[in-house]
Amino acid sequence: MSILLGRSPDRRPPEAAPAHTGSRTTRILGALTLAGLVGLGLCAFIFSPPDSRPGPEAGTRIGQFDAVRLMYVHLPAAIWTYVALGTCAMASAVYLWRRSAWWDRLAHACAEIGVVLCAVTLITGMIWGRPVWGTWWEWGDVRVVTTLVLFLVYAGYLAMRSVPAAPEARARRASILGLGGAVLIPIVNRSVEWWENRTLHQQSTLEELRIEDLTLFTLVLGILVMGLLSLWLAVHRFRVAWLEAEAESAGLEAALAERRAEAGAGAEGSSP
Amino acid sequence: MREVLLVAAKDLRIESRSRVLLFQVAPFAVATLVLLGFALDADRSALRHFSPGLFWVAVLLTALLAAQRSVAVEHAGRAADALLLSATSPARIFAGKALALAAQLAALELLMGVAMVVLYDARVEHFGLAVASAAAATVGIAAAGTLYGVLAAPMGVRETLLPVLLLPVFAPVLIGATRAFGDALGTAAVNGWAWFGLLGLFALVYAVFGALAYGPLLEAEA
Repeated sequence: MSILLGRSPDRRPPEAAPAHTGSRTTRILGALTLAGLVGLGLCAFIFSPPDSRPGPEAGTRIGQFDAVRLMYVHLPAAIWTYVALGTCAMASAVYLWRRSAWWDRLAHACAEIGVVLCAVTLITGMIWGRPVWGTWWEWGDVRVVTTLVLFLVYAGYLAMRSVPAAPEARARRASILGLGGAVLIPIVNRSVEWWENRTLHQQSTLEELRIEDLTLFTLVLGILVMGLLSLWLAVHRFRVAWLEAEAESAGLEAALAERRAEAGAGAEGSSP
Repeated sequence: MREVLLVAAKDLRIESRSRVLLFQVAPFAVATLVLLGFALDADRSALRHFSPGLFWVAVLLTALLAAQRSVAVEHAGRAADALLLSATSPARIFAGKALALAAQLAALELLMGVAMVVLYDARVEHFGLAVASAAAATVGIAAAGTLYGVLAAPMGVRETLLPVLLLPVFAPVLIGATRAFGDALGTAAVNGWAWFGLLGLFALVYAVFGALAYGPLLEAEA
């Protein structure tokens, strides 16, 4: 938690609010993420081989070929979608219990990261599906469809958060939505096992280790780098939410002071 | 239970006096079925084959209007504040409002069912399955509609926000009810009772979640 703010922003006086969202820790995290992205790019596009193996007929080769490189983004994005939206649900539950704006802002930051990652998962999946499955979209695949529903549910969550409202009321409504949407996360994640005959997705890749050598290394590197990127984005988004709240509060106080000054000047002007 | 029935009776009494359900929502439901028929080029065999899906799409669109209406009556004249002051527990208020919404939806589904038989030439082969799955789906839709209705209600953008929040949540109902009706109407070779189980689970989850979440939501409004 200390990486986010060190302590609850609600207990800090307004003058203690920083002017930006960066810090020494986030700069180190950002540098690590950048280095990881470069390494991932090199492994995914240059060092790792395309997926290709001998076909049933002599002289032919089958496999995903270069499309497999999309998996180094697709699978990590899917995994961190679950983590981000699961954290959003957990933070929403804690908000309802503790009623602390800290947890509400954490839920908001994680939901935004989760929706972006879910969109990346869907888009890379569609691009991968075209050459490998022969279609952009497969209605018969239960994981594809449930992932889209998950995306729409949390897009609705963000839509609701974007509507102007009293912070406390908005936080309470958002926490109910964030918690309710989490029902879908285990369904999406386990759909491949629960509906084995209604999916084109293969079952868990990492658990069974069907892939090897540099492909596995690149996939694990992708998961680590996507995790760093998600954390870096979440920290900054959390701090932006904090600064937004501070600015909103300061704006309200300034407007009140202005009205009081106007009322005071009016009273002096009307006195004999 | 008495308080639940009182809240439900209040909502139904308002509807019977305003006639919004009869003169606005019911014509919308039938018009939706007619337009969906045009979309399939009025092909009788295609309409019969797809009648379960078309019926439930129309029901869900109609349920959006009914859910909005259910919340709107509480906001007119700040009736929600009076309801809170009555000291009735939020869970009972939720149950009463969901019950009233379910009763209205059941009436609309009956009307739309008749329209489906007439317009789409649908034939019910397993009456018990059709009624049971419609009942489970209706309870689920009413519970989710009541909960999400009050989520979107006070934000001044209810008409646009509620569909964004509610339609993805309705997706499991649409899938389950379409499959169950497919079996009941003999248009799909599936086990309709298994899908009835899914509908029952959805209804149970949203009834319990709604009863628990309604209190914090009403507090947020107060």
